[in-house]
Amino acid sequence: MSANAPTPKGKKTGPRTPMPEQAPAARVKNFSEVALGYTPDLAKAEAVRCLSCKKPPCRKGCPVEIDIPGFIARIVANDLDGAYKVIRETNSLPAVCGRVCPQEVQCEGQCILGKKHEPVAIGRLERFVADAHLSASACETLTGGDECKLVREDLKVACIGSGPSSLTVAGYLAAQGIKVTVFEALHELGGVLVYGIPEFRLPKAIVRQEIDAMRAQGVEFKTNWVGGMTITVPELLEQGYKAVFIGVGAGLPKFLGVPGENLIGMFSANEFLTRVNLGRAYKFPEADTPVIAGKNVVVFGGGNVAMDAARTAMRLGADAVTLAYRRGEPEMPARKEELHHAKEEGLILKCLHGPIEFTGDDKGYLTGVRLQKMTLGEPDASGRCRPVVCEGDTCEVPCDMAVVAVGTGANPLIPQTTPGLSVNKWGYIEADPETGETNMPGVFAGGDIVTGAATVISAMGAGRKAAKEIARRLLG
Amino acid sequence: MANTILRKRSLIPGTTSELVVDAPHIAAKARPGNFVILRVCPDGERIPLTIADADPTAGTITIVYLVLGKTTAHLETLGEGDGILDLCGPLGRATDIHKLPGEVICVGGGTGIAAMHHIAKGHHKAGNYVVGVIGARSRELLLFYDELKAICPEVLVSTNDGSFGRQGLVTELLQERLKNSPLVSEVVGVGPVPMMEAVAKVTKPFGVKTTVSLNSIMVDGIGMCGACRVSVGGKTKFACVDGPEFDGQLVDYRELSQRLGAFKPQEQRSYEEFKKSHVCKCTHS
Repeated sequence: MSANAPTPKGKKTGPRTPMPEQAPAARVKNFSEVALGYTPDLAKAEAVRCLSCKKPPCRKGCPVEIDIPGFIARIVANDLDGAYKVIRETNSLPAVCGRVCPQEVQCEGQCILGKKHEPVAIGRLERFVADAHLSASACETLTGGDECKLVREDLKVACIGSGPSSLTVAGYLAAQGIKVTVFEALHELGGVLVYGIPEFRLPKAIVRQEIDAMRAQGVEFKTNWVGGMTITVPELLEQGYKAVFIGVGAGLPKFLGVPGENLIGMFSANEFLTRVNLGRAYKFPEADTPVIAGKNVVVFGGGNVAMDAARTAMRLGADAVTLAYRRGEPEMPARKEELHHAKEEGLILKCLHGPIEFTGDDKGYLTGVRLQKMTLGEPDASGRCRPVVCEGDTCEVPCDMAVVAVGTGANPLIPQTTPGLSVNKWGYIEADPETGETNMPGVFAGGDIVTGAATVISAMGAGRKAAKEIARRLLG
Repeated sequence: MANTILRKRSLIPGTTSELVVDAPHIAAKARPGNFVILRVCPDGERIPLTIADADPTAGTITIVYLVLGKTTAHLETLGEGDGILDLCGPLGRATDIHKLPGEVICVGGGTGIAAMHHIAKGHHKAGNYVVGVIGARSRELLLFYDELKAICPEVLVSTNDGSFGRQGLVTELLQERLKNSPLVSEVVGVGPVPMMEAVAKVTKPFGVKTTVSLNSIMVDGIGMCGACRVSVGGKTKFACVDGPEFDGQLVDYRELSQRLGAFKPQEQRSYEEFKKSHVCKCTHS
């Protein structure tokens, strides 16, 4: 495919440019990234499909409002620096978003081309631009000079947590010259991007590089500082931080509430993925954190985390990985691409099945699960059809490992240690949807600790709103 | 260097040591019952250790560990002046301590004695009459006797071989004390799972409040993963954020023991490989 000559009009309506991937048979045996990214030629071939709409609907579909036609036009013009700058104006983590955003329901879902043909592969192009620019020179690219804007130490802001929402706040404020200190509880920075999303979907080196780019902008990072324990929100305010942003993510994994959940071999998705991703258990014993490599694995849930857990179990050498989901395949909240990849890799789908009971041996090891057949009933409050039990229709699935990926609840550490902070009945922090401010002046919150488990990009969208408001107040 | 080891004391040569670590921000907040999570090397495992003592003025915390696997064996190779790569805390809910009408009996076994010490000290500071009850297989394996002597008007000791104190188990001493004492407000038990289970069994007929501190397997220690979950009164609780202390009568000890062994084969393999590489280094030098 040639990418040199201006593209004839007809070509825009052609299929999107595929992105090279590792073959399923090879990738299921390794933890390297599945999608390999565009080459410059492929990127340009895709970029020229963009219609450069005057009122781009794609931009409305983006929670951080990236000027999408703007950066794509610069790819066409061979100006990758310019393209990166356009993206970074509103998005602090382009290499991450290019990989993990559900573009099909956001920017790409709004693309005019998509109405009759295939939408522009905006996510792949974003990733291409970011990868081309991930380096310590982000500072230079962003400011046009060798140095970033002078950091004003007198205007300091604290972020608790170093996941997508906090990093967005840090990146945005640092670009305005505001001093930001990020407090992270774990030993590694990135939050869900490093403990949750697997290496084969988002290499940790990418996250590190995005963070290094922020460090070069003057953001200070402190690991092993537990918000609410090592330091509390009131203490940060006393220490002179002009604003505190709480972006601690979700926590407290939910279990299924059926007998046998504490058998050995039963994991929450958070534990399983944290062991493998943060603890690098995939290279045990070279890395010290162990994990059980199940041979027959059943994963519960239908979201992206369930897909990540299932595909991780395959890579650890499982003979069979079954995904049990209470509703049908069309109802699964996972990204279509993730489900497609997982099926290619051999995932066995058991839709319309929910767990009744886990069984174990006398030493406490998991040996199987009894599943209940379900059917779809009337839509519930979430708008999805409610799963209804098919009485008497059950089956047994033998398994030596099970992973529960049915969501998380609110982590109590911050609310418990921040007297007066308003939380809702589920324990999530209440924040103004427009500004992210909580009921405590100067204290902002965003991401999963406000909304409950959601996506990386929606957390970033919340971070961006809060950052704008903080900057407006501090800089006037 | 951060988290510098200021003092190291071998409590039981080769198996148990005490470290006093420079960690001002943790020391400032550490309360009895809290723990830390540490990591010794890149690609190392996060392990929880109870804070045995804290000195906010000096900015130090004291931790005591039994060499049980790779991470603790690696920790044992560090000396004064070395830094601990990652140290995070204080974690967990602090012990519920206030002035009580009757005495508080603090029972400790093995390394648990060190963990119990911080709780006993807290009760002592709150003005409670604290009776220490500690046990070990033999005299040279008994920890923190002098430290407890300094805060408890009475320290009762048992050893399996009778080399120090009474020959027998701590639970026998505990039972006698419960029978003979006019008013016991609370019993605290920290030690191996069978000991804590036995403590709860002994206190049950007396109807006295019994608190145990659980040492479940943890990964993050901040309520994210649920590795540390335990059944307490039929409900699943997270030792890291709901505990680590629970009502001793309600804990499912059998499940706790089983779950503590979940990674035994991997832990052994990791430890064996570490010992090989460590021995290797020594013979070559």
